[in-house]
Formats: sequence, C-alpha cells, structure tokens
Amino acid sequence: MRHDSDKKEHFLRNDGVQTILASLLCIVLGLLVGYIVLLIINPGGAGEAILAIMKNFLYYPSAVAAKKYFGTTLVKASALLMCSLSVLFAYKVGLFNIGAAGQYVVGVGACLYLALAGGMPWYVCLIAAILVAALVGGLSGALKAYFNVNEVISCIMLNWIGLYCVNMLLSQVKEQSTPYTKSLSSTNKSALLPNLGLDKLFSDNEFVTLGLLLSVVMAVAVWVVLEKTKFGYELKATGLNKQAAKYCGMREKRNMILTMMISGGLAGFGAGIFYLTGIEQWMVQQTSVPAMGFNGIAAAFLGGLHPIGTVFSSYFIQHITSGGTYVDKTMYCTQISDLISAFIIYLCGFVLFFKLWLNRFLDKREEKRDREEQKGGEA
Amino acid sequence: MLLLMQYTLIFASVLVLVALGGCFSEHSGVINIGLEGIMVIGALGGALMMKYIPEGMAAPLVILLVILASVLLGMLFSLLLGVAAIRFKADQTLVGTALNLLGPAAAVVLVRAINTAESVDNVSSTVAYGAAKRSFIVNIGKFEFNWFMLVALLVLIASYIVLYKTRFGLRLCACGEHPQAADSVGINVYKMRYAGVLISGALGGLGGLVYITAGVSEWKFENGVAGFGFLALAVMIFGQWRPVNIGLAAILFGLFRALSNVYTGFDALVALKLPSTIYNMLPYMISLAVLVFVSGKSRAPKAEGIPYDKGAR
Repeated sequence: MRHDSDKKEHFLRNDGVQTILASLLCIVLGLLVGYIVLLIINPGGAGEAILAIMKNFLYYPSAVAAKKYFGTTLVKASALLMCSLSVLFAYKVGLFNIGAAGQYVVGVGACLYLALAGGMPWYVCLIAAILVAALVGGLSGALKAYFNVNEVISCIMLNWIGLYCVNMLLSQVKEQSTPYTKSLSSTNKSALLPNLGLDKLFSDNEFVTLGLLLSVVMAVAVWVVLEKTKFGYELKATGLNKQAAKYCGMREKRNMILTMMISGGLAGFGAGIFYLTGIEQWMVQQTSVPAMGFNGIAAAFLGGLHPIGTVFSSYFIQHITSGGTYVDKTMYCTQISDLISAFIIYLCGFVLFFKLWLNRFLDKREEKRDREEQKGGEA
Repeated sequence: MLLLMQYTLIFASVLVLVALGGCFSEHSGVINIGLEGIMVIGALGGALMMKYIPEGMAAPLVILLVILASVLLGMLFSLLLGVAAIRFKADQTLVGTALNLLGPAAAVVLVRAINTAESVDNVSSTVAYGAAKRSFIVNIGKFEFNWFMLVALLVLIASYIVLYKTRFGLRLCACGEHPQAADSVGINVYKMRYAGVLISGALGGLGGLVYITAGVSEWKFENGVAGFGFLALAVMIFGQWRPVNIGLAAILFGLFRALSNVYTGFDALVALKLPSTIYNMLPYMISLAVLVFVSGKSRAPKAEGIPYDKGAR
C-alpha cells in the first residue's frame, strides 16, 4: 500500500526545516573547528576563548555596558545584513556578486566625501552611496551582459580599483596627523543619521540610529520583490535560463544589469547606514577591502538564501566577529572569528548534499516501514 | 630598465604558474576561483620552511625543500575544493570563495600564534626569511636572476607537453569538455578531476611562494596576495586556456604590475606626475579592459563548473 496523500508528511521533509537544520549544523561544525584550532594553538585557554567569542557583549558584567555593546553589534550587523542581501539578491538571479565588498567601499567613499567635503545632510549622502554603488555593480552586470565577462573576476578587479580610488578621494578629507578621515560629529553633524530615540534603548549608544530599522525594512522589501512581484519573477527566470527568458520576451540583458545595480545599491546602502552613524572613520591607507562584503557571502548562505533568514545569520556572523575581539590576546588573535566564518561558508557548500542525503535517508526509512506494514497485513 | 625587466619577469613567473594551475583545473572541469587562497597557503608553507631552515644549508637543497613545502601545502589545501566540488557536488564558485577567505584567515591565525609564542608582545602577522631567500637569487651583473624564473619556464613547457602530447592531458581535457563521453570510453572522470585540482593546488602554492619572494624578504600575511590569484585567472582567460598564450599574457600583465614598483626610475613616467595609486590600479584596470575584448568568444572548457553526475543525462 502506498502512502496516502492525506498522511501527514514527515516534518523533516519540509524544505524550510531542512534549511534551518543545515545552517545550525554549519554553525556547530564551524565553531567546533574554531575550537580545535584554538586547542592546537594553546590548549590552556581554548575553552575560555571560544566562550568569549560566543558571549561577545555579555563579556561585560554590568548590564548597562552589555546593552551598549549589544547596540554596537547590532549596528555592525545591520551593515552586514545589507551586504548579505546584496549577495543574496544577485545569487537568486544566478549571479555571484563577490563585488559587494567593492560596492560597499565606493558607497563609503561617496557618502563620506559628500558629508565631509560637501557638508551635505545624511539623506543626500545615503542616496549618493546607493547610486554610486549601484553604478559600480551595474558595470559588472553590463560587462557580463554585453561582453560575457565573468562577473566574479570583473567584481574582484573593481574591488581593487574601487579601493584605490576611494583611498585617493578620502585622502582629501582626512585629518592632518592621522590616516583617518575627519569625524562626522565634529565636521558635519547634519550628516549623522537621526537616532529617533533608539539610542535610549541601548544605554545611550549614539550609534544606534534609523539605519537599524531601515536595514530590516530592506530585508522584507527584498523578500517581497523577489517572491511577490512580476519584476522579481522575471529576474529569477532570467537567472535560471537566460535563453528561455529571452524567448519569453524578457529583456535578459536589461534584467542582468538591473540585478547587479540593485545588488550594488544594497551594498552601498549598507555602507551609508554604517559610516553615517559616525561609528568608524575610514583609514585612507587601507590595503584591502573591508571584510564586510565577504562576510556578507557567509551570512547570505548561512541564512539559507532567504532574506528573513539572513537577518538572523547576519547577526550571528557579526556576533562572533565582534566576539573575536574579546579573546585573550596574549594567546590568540582576533582573526580566529574570520577563520570560523570562512569555514562556515565552506560548509555551506555541502548544504545541497546534506538535503539530498536527508531525503534519501527518509525515503529508505519510509520504504522499510511500508514493507513491514505490508508484511503485517499479509499475516 | 634592467630593473623593470627583472620585476616583469618575476611577476610574470608568478602569473604563469598560477594561471597554468587554473588552466589544469578548468580543463578537468572544475572552476578554481580559490587560487588566491591557495597562493596564500602555499606562500605560508614556503615562508615557514625558509624561517626554520638551518642556516648554511646548500642552496639547491634549500630551494628544493622550500618548493616542496609550498607545493605540498597548496595541494593539501586544494583538496578542500576537490572533495567538496567533486565528491559532494558543491557549488564551485561558493567553495572557491570560501577557500579565498579561509586561506588568509588561517595563515594569519597560524603566523600570529607562532609569533606570539615566540614573544608575547609580538602580535604581527609577519614572517621574515631574509637569509634563506638569498639562495634563490643569482646576480648576473646588475640583473638579479631568480631561479623561479627558470622554474616557471620549465613548468610552462611541461604544461604544454602534458596537455597536448600525453594521454593524461588529452583525457584531462576530455573530462572538461564532455565528461559523459569521457566516461563512456572508460576514463574515470572523478580521478581526472582530482588530478586537475591537485595540479592547480601545487602550481598555485608554488606561485604564492614566488610572489612573496619577489623583491621583499618578509611577508605580512594580513595582506594576502593582493588579488594576484584573480589576476592569474584573467591571464588564463586572456590566454584562452592555452599554455603558450598564457605565457605571453603573463608577460604583458607582469609588465604592468612591475611598473608600479619601478616607475620612479623612468623620467618620462615621473614627469607625468600621476599619483602612485594609479600605477597600483593599473594591472586591475588593464585586466578588466582585456577581459572585455576576449571574453566574447570564449574557448572555456564546455563542462567547467558543472559537477559530474554519473546518473545525469
């Protein structure tokens, strides 16, 4: 007797459940590997160090301080969320936007330059960051659409070109004695994102701003666009099969460029809501693009490539990245968190196989049960 | 001028080695975006070997040991890609990217751990290897000849012969063009792909070693290899996946990279008064421009990037 359709499906069959399970497994394995590396470096403090990474702001005994650093982690996570949405959006359309890092960088350049040299208010700076980053993203898209240039390689090249350009540009607004750009709060207060009273929730952490809310709104918006609109459907169709999309009358080249523009814009938005809080100044002698864009890849895949999932995964990645700064530095270095998140990305490559394996396992079990049921019926 | 030639040749050697690595991997059907990370790990192996090698060892032995260390580590690291992409059919771009992040992070963690263990105050990620590095260099007049230039040339010739004149190479290419057809005549596609990835690991690791010994005598691993793995991929595409063309492309790219090191020696270039950043950007801009012209009619192996599944039709 075959299964009847009214019989409830095993809950492990649900794709969402499988995705969450896979992500949790990636996290556990990633942390385990981190722990083993710590053990190898110095067995004495490994347990303490991995706990410090996982505890992050809870490291502070006082509730006030912990709340404040929780706010800081959230602000960083919101920028990371935008980068991971950028990666996710492109990936859903079949493009691998490894250039989120570079688009983020040009976003930083645009918003800080306008804020510091132009004295513009925050909304102008934010929009500029989005537009410039969208242009850079769109460039990769256009190169792919018209010249068949692999987007991964063009993105990497643009990452470096963008970094050097931004360093040059921001050197004009740096402080005299340090390689850092001038601070927003002393140069142009109107460029700071409004707090909306959110800072009160986090023990007066002035970096918690409107940006935090906007990033979550963006996550929902990305979900709506991709899943609920004709536009999103067209983009995804183009990603699945370019020729078929063209045959159906979609403008596949335009779609590709638009995708990369939106993707770039999201990364630029992340740059805006992070740097316009005044939380960090740009170091104009930077020799590599910030890790934010690359961690975005980790967060996007860890979140099961679902916009809402990335909200949580971005927070997690940022949580352990920030937590890395609390390890005992006489024994370990903060990059241990980078190692863990890099390993998590690696593990995400196995998710498909994991699902396949799980389904096969469930199939086998059901088959066995069916056979036993049959036997029982005959007897 | 001599200096420019010297730098051009050494950077071209790096690019040739790494691009050929990518070439082998892609001909077998696996896209290796992770060359950057493999380079870092190879460089790490070589740098640590140079650091710990006892002084006064014979030069040929030093060269051999250092090369061996970076090649082996590079191969080991590339296995991460191989296992994921071949056995577990993972997304090759994703896993390659993971390698690119994993390589530098692992190198920094390890080097810092070693440095901190030596002295608690030392939190840098720098390995110094001045003494051992001298073994690689022979001064011919003012020209610093580096043995790796010869190695790169030999690898280039060997790659040409292996890919086009041996049974192994032709079979490897078959697996990247049409794995089902290759399988139907009894070629083990999985084995061939592992071979391709391992060769790319070996050459990528070696390339990383050459890169960090070009001109400097210590390396800060936080910097990674500055996108050289990707430049090598651009060289490979420019060379249309053919060893000889790759060699020529590498010299062109090497020249532009070398300019950023030595442009101050040319009066004409100094007179232009361009900021040095422009020269730093040059290789990336050139490669972007070059890609625009050559990507249109790409001769990439047909089946690259697609995991081979025996049951698929």
